[in-house]
Amino acid sequence: MSHIVVEGLSVRYNGQPALDNVSLEIPDRQITAVIGPSGCGKTTFLRCLNRLIDTMDQVRVSGRVLIDGADIFAPRANVISLRRKMGLLSQKPQVLPMSIYDNVAYGPRLHGVRRRRDLDGIVQRCLKMSSLWEEVHHRLRAPATGLSVGQQQRLCLARGLAVEPEALLCDEPTASLDPLSAQSVERLFVELKSRYTIVLVTHILRQAKRLADYVVFLYMGELVEHGPAERVFNNPRDERTRKYLEGVIS
Amino acid sequence: MRLRCAEELLFRALMVLSTIAVLSGLLLIIAVITVKGAGALSLDMITRLPTGGYYLGKEGGLLNAIVGSLLLGLGATACAALLAIPVALYLQHDYAGRRRWANLVRMSLDLLWGIPSIVYGAFGFTIMLYLGLRASLLGGIIALTLVELPIMARAMEEVLRMVSVELREASYSVGATRWETMRAVVVRQALPGLLTAILLAFGRGIGDAASVLFTAGYTDHLPRSLLDPVASLPLAVFFQLGTPFPEVQQRAYAAAFLLLALVLLVSVCSRLLTRRLSRHAVK
Repeated sequence: MSHIVVEGLSVRYNGQPALDNVSLEIPDRQITAVIGPSGCGKTTFLRCLNRLIDTMDQVRVSGRVLIDGADIFAPRANVISLRRKMGLLSQKPQVLPMSIYDNVAYGPRLHGVRRRRDLDGIVQRCLKMSSLWEEVHHRLRAPATGLSVGQQQRLCLARGLAVEPEALLCDEPTASLDPLSAQSVERLFVELKSRYTIVLVTHILRQAKRLADYVVFLYMGELVEHGPAERVFNNPRDERTRKYLEGVIS
Repeated sequence: MRLRCAEELLFRALMVLSTIAVLSGLLLIIAVITVKGAGALSLDMITRLPTGGYYLGKEGGLLNAIVGSLLLGLGATACAALLAIPVALYLQHDYAGRRRWANLVRMSLDLLWGIPSIVYGAFGFTIMLYLGLRASLLGGIIALTLVELPIMARAMEEVLRMVSVELREASYSVGATRWETMRAVVVRQALPGLLTAILLAFGRGIGDAASVLFTAGYTDHLPRSLLDPVASLPLAVFFQLGTPFPEVQQRAYAAAFLLLALVLLVSVCSRLLTRRLSRHAVK
């Protein structure tokens, strides 16, 4: 059984359905692309997986999301350890108002890493994993806001990796990047998928085709189709999936 | 098309004129105070206490009022900040912001903001009578804290609210608690604005005469303890302007000039500090 399992997940904003009875298993250590037209519930689905949906008003969630067998919406679920497990990369890079070093060390410090040598090791390892070390190792104490947008997004990735997550949730992570930066982030995903389960929300079909091992197609809050990327892209079973892939609906 | 161009021109002219009116008002106040008070300004004025006949035009200075105003202003601002910061944080979306009673707190703060400061003075005086205290530095600080608190709390709340949800979520997503997010991310990001809120309240507090009239009193001496009465610059202006002697009236303007200079000095210092502290802030 894969370590992220969704069972009958429904979400309503102000009584309006945003996700309707979604059930699926997200394959481990693969890139799962969540695709669909704007407003189909892709981001809502992603926000359920780390319970960031809790920060929104007038939301009702029903159903279960099992991470390592435990329901994250259970009353006694530990949201802090859940979010540590599920790293997030948002659409627009959100660097914290601190130095490059402190951005990466932020999570480990919260979780009790205090020794300077340990923190230095984590910062170096994560910046290397996100292919940023060579560009910033000489200015780790500089404000993170001084980095380019592409570098900031890779810094956010390093910050997420620093708390040793099991999965990476990526919400259109290349949407605000230039083509070269987007390419380097995509390359990182391919490198990282051997170690992490990656859930990638994207509205760029070509990106999904380039990266995805598994595809989830949502349409108006409904899970229309999911399966291995090759099968969904080449032989969609549902008419709506076919129309979306052909660009008839967008 | 011609009508739309004329409309554009008209409203632009209105905006520029309004801005000029505001700036001219400020410059006029500074000019009048400087011109009228400059003659009475001297080193004695800021280094000496008033002598017996100071308020009749004889020698002495206003050191008592300068020190008193600083003690009252800084004391009240510190007390108000201690209360306002937790209130402003609690009113954030992450805590009570979405509950109905948070709106009630906001409305109460807005109401408190609108209450004339003489009412705070009278309220403070009543409390002091009840506790058997006389006019003192402590009484003045308490009354001024009440004046400053709603201004500071509301200004801080607005500043904190401007920190984006996405930035907060970036912190939550690595497993931070709400308090950790507030302390390490929200407050840090909003620091320049928080300092401005503190400065705004300080400026309001140090310039207030009505609330300290009954509560802090007025004396020619420097206070030795929190329970001693204390002078203040706004009251020095008030008392000196009320005399029939032109040289004393001139000193009132000099006192007003000193008050202005104090606020300006604190403002400049806090701006320098803000610039230093906002080095890491996300633009």
